[in-house]
Amino acid sequence: MNREFVQPPLRGVAKWIDERLPILTWAYNELVVYPAPKNLNYWWNFGSLAGIMLTIQIVTGIVLVMHYTPHASMAFDSVEGYIMRDVNWGWLLRYLHANGASMFFAVVYIHIFRGLYYGSYKAPRELLWMIGVVIVIVMMATAFMGYVLPWGNMSYWAATVITNLFSAIPLVGETIVTWLWGGFTVANPTLQRFFSLHYLLPFVIFALVFLHILALHQVGSNNPLGIDLTKKDKIPFHPYYTIKDMFGLGVFLLVYGFFVFFAPNAFIEPVNFEPANPLQTPAHIVPEWYFLPFYAILRAINFDILWIIPAKLGGVIAMFASIFVLFLLPWLDTSPVRSARFRPIYRQFFWILVLDVLVLGYCGAHPPEGWYLTVAQIATAYYFLHFLVILPILGKVERPLPLPKSLDEPVLAGGAAPSSR
Amino acid sequence: MAQTSSHGGAGEGTRRDFLELVSWATLGVGTLVALWPFVDSLNPSMEVLATASTELDLEPIQEGQRVTIMWRGKPVFVAHRTQQEIEAARQVRLDELRDPEPDEERAPRPEWLIVVGICTHLGCVPLGNRTGEPRGEWGGWFCPCHGSHYDTAGRIRKGPAPRNLEVPPYTFQTDTLVRIG
Repeated sequence: MNREFVQPPLRGVAKWIDERLPILTWAYNELVVYPAPKNLNYWWNFGSLAGIMLTIQIVTGIVLVMHYTPHASMAFDSVEGYIMRDVNWGWLLRYLHANGASMFFAVVYIHIFRGLYYGSYKAPRELLWMIGVVIVIVMMATAFMGYVLPWGNMSYWAATVITNLFSAIPLVGETIVTWLWGGFTVANPTLQRFFSLHYLLPFVIFALVFLHILALHQVGSNNPLGIDLTKKDKIPFHPYYTIKDMFGLGVFLLVYGFFVFFAPNAFIEPVNFEPANPLQTPAHIVPEWYFLPFYAILRAINFDILWIIPAKLGGVIAMFASIFVLFLLPWLDTSPVRSARFRPIYRQFFWILVLDVLVLGYCGAHPPEGWYLTVAQIATAYYFLHFLVILPILGKVERPLPLPKSLDEPVLAGGAAPSSR
Repeated sequence: MAQTSSHGGAGEGTRRDFLELVSWATLGVGTLVALWPFVDSLNPSMEVLATASTELDLEPIQEGQRVTIMWRGKPVFVAHRTQQEIEAARQVRLDELRDPEPDEERAPRPEWLIVVGICTHLGCVPLGNRTGEPRGEWGGWFCPCHGSHYDTAGRIRKGPAPRNLEVPPYTFQTDTLVRIG
């Protein structure tokens, strides 16, 4: 399974350096000659888009830090007053960063569902997938702490609610929450540690992305057919996918640019334009859109489970479990066929799952009462049913369509091709 | 960019060469434009620029007295010079000076000398603005860091500093009110 490394055509100083420190050989092999499947579709653009978004977030973030003041009495003014009004281009940097978080999650969620549809988590890509899940978790922590930094009233109460999740832990919960806060409420010590971690974690993500790519290039990219490809079915990453990624980036930047320039506050709750107020909880607390499905799961468990797990703990467990279940996915899905193109029944369940997550997100944006609560409970149950029951059974009972042996076969055999193209 | 690549004959560009060139040029210019907000955000902000000038009432400053005020975060020396100090500064022959500048240019109103109190050598604040501090061999200012002596017009006379103490831009709003910056 080990890849053969190709020697780049180097001369002079570059050759001298590369013989001592093979970064050029490495870059050449990973970014230029890397053999990529020639049938990758546009859903495969989202990995590189995620990498670009991470870079944009880090670069804008580093410059924003040069203008931001991490103190409870000054943070709000330094963002809304100083950065937005006084710093040259400060409004642009902040809107790029704030909307960048939304764009980053949008891209990553599409990237994840791409993996779910085409079975990219299956052997030999289990570790690649699991590193990806770790990246999402660290992203969520980073995004949450970043949201607290402007110290608006939604920032404050989001920090209060999310840190209070840990109070559900039996026996030591309250102690842990006090430790997280560095006090008896969310206050300046909390803000300062969140600031420190919000700066640190993106670099942890960067290292994880490095591992993600290392694992990817070790086993090679999956492809829309989900079959193992031979050398003749692959083309060099450059120029074929560099140019395709550039085109995708252009389209993506139009969307990103639309939000930054024409709807910069579309994702920002109006309440966050008020400074943090420990005495006044906003009437309706909602997290950022990318947390809504998980928030709905948290609130769906409003009943004690089996008389031993109180509702509060149950909700927290369910919410964390909804992400952690993804770690087990490579083994929960028992089907040997990767791509949903050849799994007619799984394909339907995939789209039901997409719908289910959207429904959860919709419920998460509304108060947990009446219909919203009932629907959220059903959707939560279905979410876990999908991963824990449907997938293991489906792999055994589903009859997949015949798989092509190679990319050429469907073409050469004249008509035995998979239906969806 | 006269060079064209291998797609065409010698000195002849193809459509593809043209497209490639335009693409790279667009990318390059686009990148530079996108970089500008990041670079410019590090320039002084509106808040900093709003405090870029400062006003000083000269009324209470006695003849012979020197005061230090802050302007753009820097010390500015305002000296109400005595007649002897003015004469000392104006009698010097310019070719004796390392950085020749007539006193008339440095102090259009001879009784008021206004200079930035930062040594032009390596940025220390020279002594001599407070009573009792050493004023150097020419009765102006003396930088304790590396021994630069300035005269009563703030001009460098001895020591490693290359230039005279900088005269900030200022205007007299009235006879007793000066606006620096």
